[in-house]
Amino acid sequence: MCLGIPGRVEEILNSAPLERSARVSFGGISKEINLAYVPEARVGDYVIVHVGFAISRVREEEAQRVFRYLEEIGELGDLG
Amino acid sequence: MKYLHEYRQRQSIEKISAEIARITTRPWTIMEVCGGQTHAIVKYGLQQFLPQQVELVHGPGCPVCVTSLEIIDKAIAIAARPEVIFCSFGDMLRVPGSERDLLAVKAGGGDIRTVYSPLHAVELAQQNPDREVVFFAIGFETTAPANAMAAFLARKKGLRNLSLLVSHFLVPPAIESICSAADSRVQGFLAAGHVCAIMGYEQYPPLASKYRVPIVVTGFEPLDILEGVMMCLRQLEQGCCSVENQYARAVERRGNIPAQEMLEQVFDIAAQTWRGVGTIGASGLRLRPEFAAFDAEKKFSLDISPQIDSSGCISGQIMQGQKKPCDCPHFGQRCRPEQPLGAPMVSSEGACAAYYRYSRQVTADEH
Repeated sequence: MCLGIPGRVEEILNSAPLERSARVSFGGISKEINLAYVPEARVGDYVIVHVGFAISRVREEEAQRVFRYLEEIGELGDLG
Repeated sequence: MKYLHEYRQRQSIEKISAEIARITTRPWTIMEVCGGQTHAIVKYGLQQFLPQQVELVHGPGCPVCVTSLEIIDKAIAIAARPEVIFCSFGDMLRVPGSERDLLAVKAGGGDIRTVYSPLHAVELAQQNPDREVVFFAIGFETTAPANAMAAFLARKKGLRNLSLLVSHFLVPPAIESICSAADSRVQGFLAAGHVCAIMGYEQYPPLASKYRVPIVVTGFEPLDILEGVMMCLRQLEQGCCSVENQYARAVERRGNIPAQEMLEQVFDIAAQTWRGVGTIGASGLRLRPEFAAFDAEKKFSLDISPQIDSSGCISGQIMQGQKKPCDCPHFGQRCRPEQPLGAPMVSSEGACAAYYRYSRQVTADEH
């Protein structure tokens, strides 16, 4: 229920304010997702999706933060 | 998938694990609030990456688990009506009511549809104007904006045949309830990342300060959880009790403002009964009076009285971190996923279901 998974915004499908939606790809599977709560999300952005709604945009810089920390405490190695 | 794979790398996990071992000098008990975090901890065997002194206990953050018997009985009564199309997230179908579950209603001919988004219920109402479509609107702050949108769109579209059976829960009052219990063992919290994605975390500093507990907003991937534990331990070892945000890639301090505005338009805060825990003031949401026409409880005038759960399920103790699933005499015996005594054995986020599914690993780690 509270599971939210990141997906990539591939194409905006509807621009009406409350029904703004996009095709979002989850590692190969695409679904139409409501974007009303992330009006700033654009094609190419990653969003966290929960019960058909994007609830936040994933911020790349913050996503990398933990790996920078890991570099500080030792050799990071290949993260792929 | 980006931001899944990277946060599951064993090499990174081992580095954080080594750092946790380095900074830990004493026994500590930390609660992960969200069932999604519980599931990840058990699935990935994250306890094995922690020193033995560090114990993770499970919190009340499984919405399926905390939905009261009374609401399940109301759902069953509505779903059994011939004019109703009853829409629910899949996990709810096997949660035991007083006498049967929703799956039994479906087997008996009830028109019950599993949906993955509340917007599907709106579509069904549009497509079936001669039927009553009822959506089982359960969940925490993460799900509530989606459910609020269903009610809002139904009103905007003039739909008269859609209603919501609402059972919403708020997390901060549950944390306060756990902190204020005389026998609480919890010394720090991993707050639920996706609840905070919606609500932010400005509600937490007063709790951290009042009960002198560190609270770390934490994500759901293995690396997220171990980093959250590390941040919590660092505070505990230093005697600090502040609020930190491990899950900054998805959570901002103020949360998601458009979602909060929608919640305020559709719902009021109200007392809520948590299954196995009891009633906690201002810990739930109910439809505002202007949305009364979309309230399934009012529409169907249900006469169902509260029932006492006599199943023997100890869900309340498990969800308050007092006991673990393996402590229950029924675990894996009378209570299994295919024949659950209580909701924690049903839901994908239920602690008992997670322990059962990954039981070999848990048994190896804990016994």
